[in-house]
Amino acid sequence: MSVLISAKTRVLIQGITGYQGEFHAARMREFGTQIVAGVTPGKGGTDARGVPVFETIAEAVAATGATAACLFVPARAAKDAALEAIEERLDPVVIITEGIPVHDSVQIVAWAGQTGVRVIGPNCPGLTSPGQCKIGIMPNPLFTEGPVGVISRSGTLTYEIVAALTQHGIGQSTALGLGGDPVVGMSFTDGLRLFEDDPQTKAVILIGEIGGSAEEDAAQFIRAHMTKPVVGYIAGRTAPVGKRMGHAGAVISGTAGTAASKIAALEAAGVKVATLPADVVRLVREVL
Amino acid sequence: MKLHEFQAKEMFAAYGIPTQKGLVIEDPAQVTRLSLKYPVVLKAQVLVGGRGKAGGIKLAATPDEARVRAAAILGMDIKGERVRRLLVAEAVDIGAEYYLAFIIDRTARRLTAIASAAGGIDIEEVARTSPEKITRQTVHPFVGFHAYHARKLGRSLGLTGTLLSDFGAVAGALSKLCIAEDAELAEINPLAVVGGRLLAVDAKVIIDDNAVFRHPALPPNEELTELERLARGAGLAYVELDGDIAVIGNGAGLVMSTLDVVAHFGGHPANFLDVGGGASTENMRQALAIVVRKPGVRALFINIFGGITRCDDIARGIVATPPPVGMVVRLVGTNEVEGRKILEAAGISAYRDPQEAAQAVVVLAASPSGQVGRVRK
Repeated sequence: MSVLISAKTRVLIQGITGYQGEFHAARMREFGTQIVAGVTPGKGGTDARGVPVFETIAEAVAATGATAACLFVPARAAKDAALEAIEERLDPVVIITEGIPVHDSVQIVAWAGQTGVRVIGPNCPGLTSPGQCKIGIMPNPLFTEGPVGVISRSGTLTYEIVAALTQHGIGQSTALGLGGDPVVGMSFTDGLRLFEDDPQTKAVILIGEIGGSAEEDAAQFIRAHMTKPVVGYIAGRTAPVGKRMGHAGAVISGTAGTAASKIAALEAAGVKVATLPADVVRLVREVL
Repeated sequence: MKLHEFQAKEMFAAYGIPTQKGLVIEDPAQVTRLSLKYPVVLKAQVLVGGRGKAGGIKLAATPDEARVRAAAILGMDIKGERVRRLLVAEAVDIGAEYYLAFIIDRTARRLTAIASAAGGIDIEEVARTSPEKITRQTVHPFVGFHAYHARKLGRSLGLTGTLLSDFGAVAGALSKLCIAEDAELAEINPLAVVGGRLLAVDAKVIIDDNAVFRHPALPPNEELTELERLARGAGLAYVELDGDIAVIGNGAGLVMSTLDVVAHFGGHPANFLDVGGGASTENMRQALAIVVRKPGVRALFINIFGGITRCDDIARGIVATPPPVGMVVRLVGTNEVEGRKILEAAGISAYRDPQEAAQAVVVLAASPSGQVGRVRK
């Protein structure tokens, strides 16, 4: 089992003819993902390395039965692309694009909420279920199938931790990158709920970072609803107040959003929080 | 991107939000030439908070007094920021003070109006000590903020009559500003009663950095240091800190974690630069050129986990731009073998384990010879 996606997922790539879209569509296929269609306005009727390209999602779905979307379109065109994917009820809609204006993300997320479509990102690496499907840009060779669910606001830090798990013989059910923007679709809480209900997942790793209160909200959910063990890691312990630390969402404002507040909340909910990324594997071993 | 008070007030005026009559000066001599009614208030235009407590806001009853005060404030250092400009405004008799802001609420994932009758003081303090004094109204992006929302908020502050209708006009205008100008925060604190009407006595606006491309007329971002501006121009995320180890990595989370690991082993990062996903050789060259320009850098730590970013591209950038300080490289991921070959040909060996690498760079920065030569594994 896996969460959100499976071997049956039929993926449509928005922006498949661009540099990143074309490259990552090929990597996803190598992983075993069914890439059934591409959409690039102005390039309908062509094909991208054998994948048919359409002008609209409606046409693409009618012709190919696509069920999920992955966006590589530039930030200024991303709102239009995401709203279209949601309107056509592709699910999940995975937005890789970085730098989308936050008011645009607010609209995207609101429309998703109204239609029941699950949006992942923006500014995220996507999600990977080893042996099943990958949507996004996570490097293929890191993964191996197994019992650990991973949810994260950071791409490369996810790779770092997944690579260490695999190296130590611990596989993953699904790795889910939520994205580094202040407003994103799926939250830690949404991801935890899916992993709690997934029979393959035996433990969950939550990789958070400074800014906002998503980790504190997750801690409340864990305390109230999680029966499976959760291991945490929070990046940004030494970050100064008020600086945007690379991710648009990683800013400590006033006393809110600090690593200390997040770690305290998670520990109070029974989560074992690693001080160094390298400690995560050891803590996972202890709870498996 | 944070605007200065005077810039935010210009924006307010364009949306019909009333503010005091005032002008901006950069030289104390200019103050006596302004046609303003005295007394006036002189306000340092800085982006850091707490300027009042730091002596950056003064009243003056006469032009002579204003000149003396202006000379004292201009050039003053407030929390590391030099005062280059003063806003001189006609002083007003303030009655009740309210708070009104629109902000992107990350949890609600909506634009949200926040109002309070406890204006004029730090709103975060109010939120902590007496949250019942704060009213919130989320704005559905497809419905918008309407007069009835404003009335509801205004009534929660106890407003009636002219003040209630003034409040509606101000709140409506502020919501329009926020959406049209892509503000992540637009705040009036205090929104004060002056002569029976509402007036925005202070103004704070933060524009979403991701949306700056839609607003070509915005003034330059003054929050950034010279190097931060240079990096942003090159499409790189760069932040200055105050230690002596320059840090380059790919991906914000990995870089933040790298800073933590360096600090854990007793090191002090000088800055960090995130070359981002899919960094090219050219990005890496620019990154190297920027981080070592920060004064006081004694060692450089490059921590790369190649995903979309390819290790050989990174290695080519490193070899092409040898840093003037000792360097520790950790390189794993996509095209790692090719990357290591390129580095080894230039006499550089790279670590695989991030913790070992972090410990090595801390030692390097602390060693007297940290500024010369290269460290080998």
